[in-house]
Amino acid sequence: MNVFSYERAADPATAIKLFARGHNPKYLAGGTNLVDLMREDIEQPGTIIDVSGISQAIELRADGALLLGAGAKNTAVASHWDVRERFPMLAQAIVNGASAQIRNMATVGGNLLQRTRCYYFYDSAARCNKRARGSGCDALEGFNRIHAILGTSSHCIATHPSDMCVALAALDAIVHVEGSNGPRQLRLTDLHRLPGDAPDVETELAADELITAVEIPPLPDAARSVYRKVRDRASYAFALVSVAAVIELDERDKVRTARLALGGVAHKPWRAQLAEKALQGASATEESFRQAAEAELELAVGHAHNAFKIDLAKRVIVDTLQELTRRPGEES
Amino acid sequence: MQFTINGSSHSVDCDVRTSLLDLLRDHLGLTGTKKGCDQGACGACTVLVDGERINSCLALAVQYQTRSIITIEGIGSPGNLHPLQRAFIECDGFQCGYCTSGQICSALGMAGELKRGVPSACTADVRAREIEFNSDEIRERLSGNLCRCGAYNGIVQAVQQTFAQTPP
Repeated sequence: MNVFSYERAADPATAIKLFARGHNPKYLAGGTNLVDLMREDIEQPGTIIDVSGISQAIELRADGALLLGAGAKNTAVASHWDVRERFPMLAQAIVNGASAQIRNMATVGGNLLQRTRCYYFYDSAARCNKRARGSGCDALEGFNRIHAILGTSSHCIATHPSDMCVALAALDAIVHVEGSNGPRQLRLTDLHRLPGDAPDVETELAADELITAVEIPPLPDAARSVYRKVRDRASYAFALVSVAAVIELDERDKVRTARLALGGVAHKPWRAQLAEKALQGASATEESFRQAAEAELELAVGHAHNAFKIDLAKRVIVDTLQELTRRPGEES
Repeated sequence: MQFTINGSSHSVDCDVRTSLLDLLRDHLGLTGTKKGCDQGACGACTVLVDGERINSCLALAVQYQTRSIITIEGIGSPGNLHPLQRAFIECDGFQCGYCTSGQICSALGMAGELKRGVPSACTADVRAREIEFNSDEIRERLSGNLCRCGAYNGIVQAVQQTFAQTPP
């Protein structure tokens, strides 16, 4: 680990000022990803600005929106009654991620900005365009079981590893950020970028912009939601494929609203807009769910070890939607 | 830097890069906490901070100066074992013992989480007020602690019997 100076910021304004005068500065929250990357020399900040104490508040606003402070720990979010009762899918996604120890350390802001777990990104002996732009990508011809099938480029097939972000993508979450140009908000689905020819640039944030909170608008009363994760072992593993689904049917069992997001398949939490479009107004049947899944995965591209994810994603989408629209007492 | 570990204050002159794990082991001689993977995957380094379990290998010590840190040395002593430590012996909850201090700290943290009603990935309904205390929940909640000897059955039994007698 390289030598760095450490500063602690009590509020966003101080953090941004410290960032401006830092040397290759980095914000640090729970440390579960950044400390590990620093130990591997993949991240080499000269100045660490500890923002872990900035906002740990979890607050239900009068309009029914939930505001998660960027410093709120994963466990605190998953345990909060307003989260569990109003956005159970978010609690499910969080407890499906990492281990209990890591969830006690990791924060909302850090979860959004965590970096890929691609083996070749971590291995300094491998070529990786995310670590060193233009060096190549050893995942393309390597062991790419955990890699992306949607939105990939010839430069990078890494995935975004978060479970929480997949739920937030389906929940239409808004990210509040603050930087030297003042505060602004952007949709979570606009925060992360696809790899293109610059996979090292992972988000739309300016260098000094700090995530301060994540806002979740209220769900319709009749909406049902669930987070479903498929992985290589039963616990403490990243998703091969995950699905966050919100669905609301009208009185004739037609889909009034469908929001779907996929994890483990792309460089960002993947909002399945093509599937959503196919579902809009459709009957809640296995056949229409299958057509929606086909529409979403039509442009998916598999590699030597991950082509199975295309079929897996379709099947998990169909099964998840069936689970959500099953009437009480119906056989599964 | 100033730390509160097992109820005692310690003043340590160390590099800002020092992890909480290295602080405990190399600077304070508290070698009960183990270094397995040093990347947050194995749980051997688990300690309790303000009652919550964390991976001390992923923690920069500088961030934990105002917190109350409990390590295995603060949980029991050879002449005065914690009930969970006695249960690990009775249930054969270890072979080589390298993961054991992490398993015990983790299980104590887990008991606190159950008491506070924290849900897990195998909690059927995250909205439920009561969480069932069964072996599936224990296995899921302790999945951040690996045991290469494979003493899992004994570990789960030790945890289950300890907290069944004194429910978390």
